[in-house]
Parts: sequence; structure tokens; C-alpha cells
Amino acid sequence: MNNNLKNVCCSGDCSKNEKDCIEASRDLFPENILKFIEQCLKDEHPNSQLITVLHKVQDHFGYLSPQTMDAVAYLMQIPAAKVSGVASFYHYFRLKPCGKHVISVCLGTACYVNGAEAVLKKFSEELGIKEGETTHDGMFTLEIARCLGACALAPVVKIGDDIHSQVTPDKVPFIISSCLKK
Amino acid sequence: MGKIKDQYQKLQEQAQKLTLSPDVIQIRVGSATCENASGAREVAEEFKKNIVVYGSDNVKLLTVGCTGRCSCEPIVSVSKPGKKMVVYQKVDRETAHKIFVSHIKEDRLVEESLLGDASIYNTNKSQTAYSPSQQNLAGFPMTEEFLKLYGDIPFYNSQTRIALRNSGIINPESLHEYISRQGFLGLNIVLDKADPEWVVDQISIAKLRGRGGGGFPTGKKWHLARMSEEKIRYVVCNADEGDPGAFMDRSLLESDPFSVIEGMIIAGYAIGAQKGFFYIRAEYPLAVERVQKAIDLCHKEGLLGKDIWGTGFNFELEIRLGAGAFVCGEETALIHSIEGERGQPRTRPPYPVVKGLWNKPTVINNVETLANIPAIMVMEANNFNKIGTAVSGGTKVFALAGKVNHTGLVEVPMGTSLREVVFGIGGGIPNGKKLKAVQTGGPSGGLLPYSVIDTPIDYDTLAASGSIMGSGGMIVLDEDDCAVDVAKFFLIFTQDESCGKCSPCREGTLRMLEILERITSGNGTLEDLVNLERLANLVKKASLCGLGKAAPNPVLSTLKHFRDEYLAHVVDKRCPAKKCAALIRYEIDPEKCVGCTACARVCPVKCITGERKFAHIIDQKQCIKCGACFNICKFSAVKKT
Repeated sequence: MNNNLKNVCCSGDCSKNEKDCIEASRDLFPENILKFIEQCLKDEHPNSQLITVLHKVQDHFGYLSPQTMDAVAYLMQIPAAKVSGVASFYHYFRLKPCGKHVISVCLGTACYVNGAEAVLKKFSEELGIKEGETTHDGMFTLEIARCLGACALAPVVKIGDDIHSQVTPDKVPFIISSCLKK
Repeated sequence: MGKIKDQYQKLQEQAQKLTLSPDVIQIRVGSATCENASGAREVAEEFKKNIVVYGSDNVKLLTVGCTGRCSCEPIVSVSKPGKKMVVYQKVDRETAHKIFVSHIKEDRLVEESLLGDASIYNTNKSQTAYSPSQQNLAGFPMTEEFLKLYGDIPFYNSQTRIALRNSGIINPESLHEYISRQGFLGLNIVLDKADPEWVVDQISIAKLRGRGGGGFPTGKKWHLARMSEEKIRYVVCNADEGDPGAFMDRSLLESDPFSVIEGMIIAGYAIGAQKGFFYIRAEYPLAVERVQKAIDLCHKEGLLGKDIWGTGFNFELEIRLGAGAFVCGEETALIHSIEGERGQPRTRPPYPVVKGLWNKPTVINNVETLANIPAIMVMEANNFNKIGTAVSGGTKVFALAGKVNHTGLVEVPMGTSLREVVFGIGGGIPNGKKLKAVQTGGPSGGLLPYSVIDTPIDYDTLAASGSIMGSGGMIVLDEDDCAVDVAKFFLIFTQDESCGKCSPCREGTLRMLEILERITSGNGTLEDLVNLERLANLVKKASLCGLGKAAPNPVLSTLKHFRDEYLAHVVDKRCPAKKCAALIRYEIDPEKCVGCTACARVCPVKCITGERKFAHIIDQKQCIKCGACFNICKFSAVKKT
């Protein structure tokens, strides 16, 4: 992980002033995010873009770390407590780092009645991790999805941007090995 | 006033110019999320390759949205000049090549891959007469095109498509294709009339009710927003389709984003708003991408932005992403989320039409509701309300999934019976099993038993049967599904999604779940049943928002229709559907067991013993009921009881 991520900000116990903190926060983010935030600040309701900004940060870093959340707070001039409050409220935001391949097994109703639980169990056995965990080598994170909206192809599994349809437990090893080839 | 009509005329002419000549052979390949998941991208590539290899300049590959026939995807349709369109199902690279070589080059249909019977395609005449509700769609290029193209194919032929009129026909990223099918004519009629009050009246006359589930009359909602003294008002499109089992909003936004945008512009004009928001789930990246592209194209063409068609009407649209919170489908929670806050609901009243986004009047409409608006304007409210029931005009899109042969999107007039949807269009239950129940309304709905199969589906009839219309998710359950287990499944969902603001929902759903867990693990008592029902009614009455108020519905409806199943779990410690693991028992029939040892080898806890070639025995004390032995036995010797 990027070394810059450390010591960006105070939790009230360092001697940096706010200006330094904002500067340090700027260093964290790529140009497109900084530009977007600047744009937002000119908006009629700048705070309303908080969720959009968090999406962009997660897209870039893979998850939301305390440092990046604090940086968002400084740059958008929103209390850090509110930023983390919002981030922790929504399921979509990940507060822990994730693996290279994020496997989301859909457990929506249609997938559930068509046997998604067995698929999840098989992934869990094959990877040796439970839902919400990441393998030691950092390759896979196993997650449960609420509904991916591909119910007619149930059970479905999303890996990266690809959706695998009509997955059965015996297809699981093949799916995992095809990820490893990528 | 004629000026506005002239501008539309110009737009039409432009669009017609870009439309393909009828001499071109057209191949349509779907490109929605579900199509892509089934391999439509590879199929499109194969066609592209073939076109290049054979140097076929008169063949054009068109990308379209989803026709809603999900279990047969990828779907490919081929239109040849002067001939009926032919539809193929489950096409892969190999079939695509075959279609190209034999159908496109030599005019021989690839019969084994046809969707429906070959006889449909071997005639040029339409064989299916329009149903009474379909007759109302005739005469409008906007709504009749689908019937003309797909009207003879089973699954599609008994549907009445208004909201899904363009899905699977047009390229969702092409504005001119949308316009060439009377797109933006609705907006043109509205702006030419220059009377917002008239628009609201039309929507009321059409008897359009909110398709998101509540069924609130849309005209009334718009009227309430108009009454406000506040000058700044907002329109919001609720595309936070969190209901597991519903996917029509995704499909609509991916297949025909322009009709929803046109609906929003008309809504904005009618209520006097200048700004609209799309609130879309982050789980639908393709829908977000297509809506954004569509917004940009409309901007370029002057259909969004300042002074639309010189009428002085300004309207802007912006997308806001959800972030995976089911409660944000509730309108006050959704408003908080757009404002950048935690998506927690608040008490109503004041309703959003009075105090919504940033305390300004806000009309929140569902995707499907908005897609109906342009059609109402074009086909006129008095024709629209002939479809449907006396209190609810138009159609409803259902997402048919679960244990049913033809899964996919089905649009039928309000008041159609469950039988028609599940057994008619849906083709019945696979593997000769019996229908147990139909689940509607997702976690906020309930189970409809077989006994109500002939009830016409409408907001009020479903409510009377203990379920709700919801956004239209329809999950079919067969005899292998346990009613108690399904109730537990939904409660796990709502319990997890409860935002925690009010205690009846936060604590009540947790306690209900605990009781259900006791029941399904074989530790339930009759007292538990009494408490469960009491608690469910309490949560229903005392919760703050729709999520909590509806969370007990799955429990209450199963208690109402499947009480004997609860009793079997509690009194006999037996799960009649053999679903609840703790209540089933695996035994080996010594008569049938040949002693092949397959079960003993696969057992993860090694609790099956026996000599080779002699009957084996399962040690019930150690058995974890994983079912591995049951699945592997080739001699049906392992019995599940």
C-alpha cells in the first residue's frame, strides 16, 4: 500500500495545522478526484456529493481507509465523523482492503431458491475463507450480494465486472482457476 | 405555437435520415447485463467477424437492449428485407456462425435454435390476433412495433408492452432510433399544449398508479407538488431497485433510457421543476453508464438544458448513485441519501411532495412509472385507461424468476391473473413439480398460495391476500421450498437492512428472526408461534417507515396461508418440504444399498460405516445433514425424511 497513506492526518494529537492537513490530503488523491471535489464545492449543495466522492475514492483505492476518509473530510470541509458515519452506513462501501478478485455470490431471492447457498459454501470451502474475508495471498475476497438484478439467470456470481450465470457448486473450481489465469 | 411542432418535425426528419434503409439485412443482438452474462458479447463479435470475412456490406449488426426473455439469452434476431423477423435463442459463437452462413447467406433457417416453432417464421402473415388490450396499442408506431416484430412468438404474444415498448428493439445508446419511434413526441405534445395543469389531469385520467409498489395515484402526487407555494421543486427517479428478485428497472434503464428521461422532463414541466435526479443503485454500472450517455445526447440535441424548444422551460438531470442500502428505496431515506447523508427515513408527514429534497417539494417516481408517461401522452389518457382495471390503468411489468420455465420480464395489463402469468406466459413449473406459492413484493411482500391463482393481480387484490404488488418481483416457489424457511430468508434480509433508527424495526425484526431460527432448528414451541404473530403485528403497527411496516409481511402471510407447515416444524419437528437441515434425516435403505462405499467416502464427518458390498449405516448422532451422501448415491438408497 502507498506509504503516503500513513500519517496523513491527525486524530487531534499531532501538531500540524489545518492547512498542512489539507495539503497532505491533496497529495493522497489523483487529479480526477481532486478536480471533482473542487467542482462540488462550487455546487449549490456541496455536501450532497459526499457519497459520489466516496464512490470515486473506493473505485481508486479499492476500499475506504480511515486516512482517505479523513482526507475527504478535509477537502470537502465536512466533519470526519460524518464522513465515516456515511461510509459505514452503506453496504457498498468497503472499510477493509480487498483481494484482487472480489467474488460476490448473489443471495437474492431467486438465487436463494435456486441453490445459491450451496454455491457460497463451495466457494468458502475452495478458498478456505468465510464471507467478508480475503485470502492470505490477497487474491480473493468473498462477499455476499443482495441482488445483482440478473434473477432470471439465478444463481449468479459476480467477479469484477463479469457476471457468471446459472452457477452450480461443481462449476466453482473452474471459475476460481479461470480467475487465477487472468 | 406551430414552432414547437416544426422543431419536432425537424428532429423526426433527421432521425429518419439516419434510419437504415429497408434493403439492409439487420442482425439484432441484446446487450443488457443479463445478455452479456450469457455471452452476448462473444456472439456480437462473431457476427462482426463474419460480416468482415464475407464482405457483406448489406448486413448491419445492431446492438439492442433486452427483450425480457432471460432464460433463452443470448437472443439474436434477423430481419431480412420484406420478410418476417426471425428470432433465435441461446445463441453461442458456433450458432452465430451457422446463422450467418445458412440464414443470412442462403436463406435457410437454423431450425434447432429458433425461439418458438418454425411455422411462425415460414409465413409472412401474422398469425396472432391482437388481444383487446393490445388493440389499444395499435396505430402508434411507438407501441405497435413490438407487437409487429414479436407478436407471433409465444411468451411475447400475450404481453401488452407499454413501459417495455422499445426494449429489445432499439439501440439504447441511439437517440435517433428512439426518436424514430415517436420518441419525444409526448414531450412535444406537452410543450405545444403549454398547460402543465392539463398534463397532470391527463395522468389522473389515465389512472396511472406508482409502479414502485405503493400504488399511489401519480396524477395526485403531481397535483400536490403543483399546489405548493415554493418555487423550487424537484423530480426524482427512484431507480434504487433493492428488492431481491426485481430487475425491471435495471432492464428498462439499460434497454430504453430515453423513455425514462422523457418521462422525467414531462414530470418536471408538469410540476414546475427545473432539476431532476436519477437515484440509481451502484450495483447497476451498465444502467448508470447508459443513462449518463442518454442525458449527454439529449443535452446535445437541446432536449435538456436551458430553454427547451424555445419554450423558456429549463430542465437539468443529474445521476446520484446509491450505495447498497435497501432502506434508500423508501422515499424519505432516498432524499437523505441524495443530500449526502446516512439513508435513514424520517416521519411522514410532511410528505416529500410538500417537503422533500432540501425541504423543497419533490416528486419521487419509479422508473417504470416514468417510462409510461410519454406513452400516455402519445396514445392519450383515454386509450391508456382502457387497459387495466377500473381503478388502475395500464400495465405492470413483472420480473418472473424462481421455479418457473420461462424466466424473464413480463408486461401484462393490471388485473391479469397469476395463472396467466405463471402458467400461461411463464410456461409452468419445471420438472413436473407442483406450484406451492408465488412470492411478490420482495422482503416487503408475502407468499400467495395456489388458492389465489385466479385472482386478478392489482394493488388492492394483492394487499387483500396478505402480500403487496411491490416493484413487481415475482418468485415462483415449488413444493421443495419451505414456507418457514422463505419467511426466515426475508427476515434475515430486512433485519440486516434495518437502519436502526426506530426500535420496533431494529429490535422487533431481530426477535422475530430468533423465533424463526428456533422453529427451523427444531426447538420451536407453540408459544413461539403466538409470540411471533403478536410481535409481527406490533412491528407492522409501530415502525417508522415502510421497511419496518412491511418487514413482518412474509411472516404474517406464511402464518396465514401455511400455518400447518409452521405446526409441522413446531409439533412434529418435521419440515414437510425437506428444506430445513436440522429437521431432516438421512437414512440408508438396506434393501437398495449395494455397498459401493461412495457415500462413506464422500461423507465429510466420516459417520457412514459398512463393509464393501454390504449395506451401510449412517450414525445419526454424528451426521451434520450436509446431504453429500444423498447427492452421490446412484442407487437411490439414501432416503431423505
